Amino acid sequence: MESQQYCLQVNNLACVRDDRVLFEGVTFSLHPKQILLLEGKNGSGKTSLLRILCGFREPDEGEVLWDSVAINRSEFYRHMAYVGHLEGLKKELTVVENLKMGQALGFPGKMTIDQALTKVHLQGYDDTLVQALSAGQKRRLSLARLLITDAVLWILDEPLTSLDKEGMDLVESIMVEHVVSHQGMIVLTSHHDLSLPAVDVQRINLSSCH
Amino acid sequence: MSLIKAFVAIIRRDLILAVRRRAEIVNPLFFFIIVVTLFPLGIGAQAKLLQAMAPGVIWVSALLAAMLSLDSLFRSDFDDGSLEQMLLSPYPVAVLVLGKIVAHWLVTGLPLILIAPLLAVFLGLPDAAMGTLVKTLVLGTPVLSLIGAIGVALTVGLRRGGMILSLLVLPLYIPVLIFASNAVDMAAMGLPVSAQINILMAILFLALVLAPLPAAAALKMSVN
Repeated sequence: MESQQYCLQVNNLACVRDDRVLFEGVTFSLHPKQILLLEGKNGSGKTSLLRILCGFREPDEGEVLWDSVAINRSEFYRHMAYVGHLEGLKKELTVVENLKMGQALGFPGKMTIDQALTKVHLQGYDDTLVQALSAGQKRRLSLARLLITDAVLWILDEPLTSLDKEGMDLVESIMVEHVVSHQGMIVLTSHHDLSLPAVDVQRINLSSCH
Repeated sequence: MSLIKAFVAIIRRDLILAVRRRAEIVNPLFFFIIVVTLFPLGIGAQAKLLQAMAPGVIWVSALLAAMLSLDSLFRSDFDDGSLEQMLLSPYPVAVLVLGKIVAHWLVTGLPLILIAPLLAVFLGLPDAAMGTLVKTLVLGTPVLSLIGAIGVALTVGLRRGGMILSLLVLPLYIPVLIFASNAVDMAAMGLPVSAQINILMAILFLALVLAPLPAAAALKMSVN
């Protein structure tokens, strides 16, 4: 499986919201071991672009292809994972119950739940209800969900929000590890300056895509 | 098979959530009990009239109770992003939606079936009709959850979808109401009811097969 070459390709994508063109002519392709960082002002359509990539929104123009096939007809959802503004965690469930659900909805991957919790420094919180966690801990838990499935492509919307300095370093190291050691690919938006050494990072500034 | 695992996991999660939230189970049930109790109070001591109305009263109350509980089907998932995660899973969304509907029925429909005979006695429904009442509820309440799921899936993205939901869903509940309360009526008079029961069964199987697909499609529209 590792040897297979996946490819996310976006051709001439445009997004119109309330008669306003957020961006148009966005074209890129992403291969394993690459990170795509979307930049741009507030309201420039970063989140909209990610939601189009996820298939939540139809693009107003252009196409999103996975291995040269439109995402809704390909194996795309088998290989992707998304963490957005909403964490997708149930606050009445415990940390482990939430992760088990995440695992059941995908395919079990590289790490066990225990390993993933240790990785994001949440060991010992197994049976804590999510409502008792802080915002930063919830964010780390939602990122732990990425580790327990075997998704190749991570789509992350502002993954560093509500994390402290230590948490940001942690998440960056997890991203680098995913890309470098697991042939992964990541599309993300972030307001924070990312220090991603030794990684092939493409940048697209949506503010200039008019 | 992992699709079945995902299906079961969804049901399990929703049942755990229902137990932890409690209000979700208790509210529709109390609503059902209270509405049925209001009729004897409003009509007064007219046992004959009450007895004649019993099937309709119980079924209309069950219908309203089911409708009130519908919003909880996708609301919290929509608010906390679990719905997005469900839509992004590699499994057919319709199957996962069916899992949610099954859990919802276990939480809101099943208690109604268990308490209904007691309320029927209270309204003076003849013993002969009791079995038929339970049968119609067993066949009918899952249909309410299934059809309701399409309505909620369409309205979950609206901030105030409650009114639209009832306008969408209640007309679709009418066939179930007609055949079910008619069956109980007939049974009370000692007439055969197999025709009505068969039609309810047909409606249930149709809904079981047809409802999850549009519900899944509507959810996809709602999250955009």
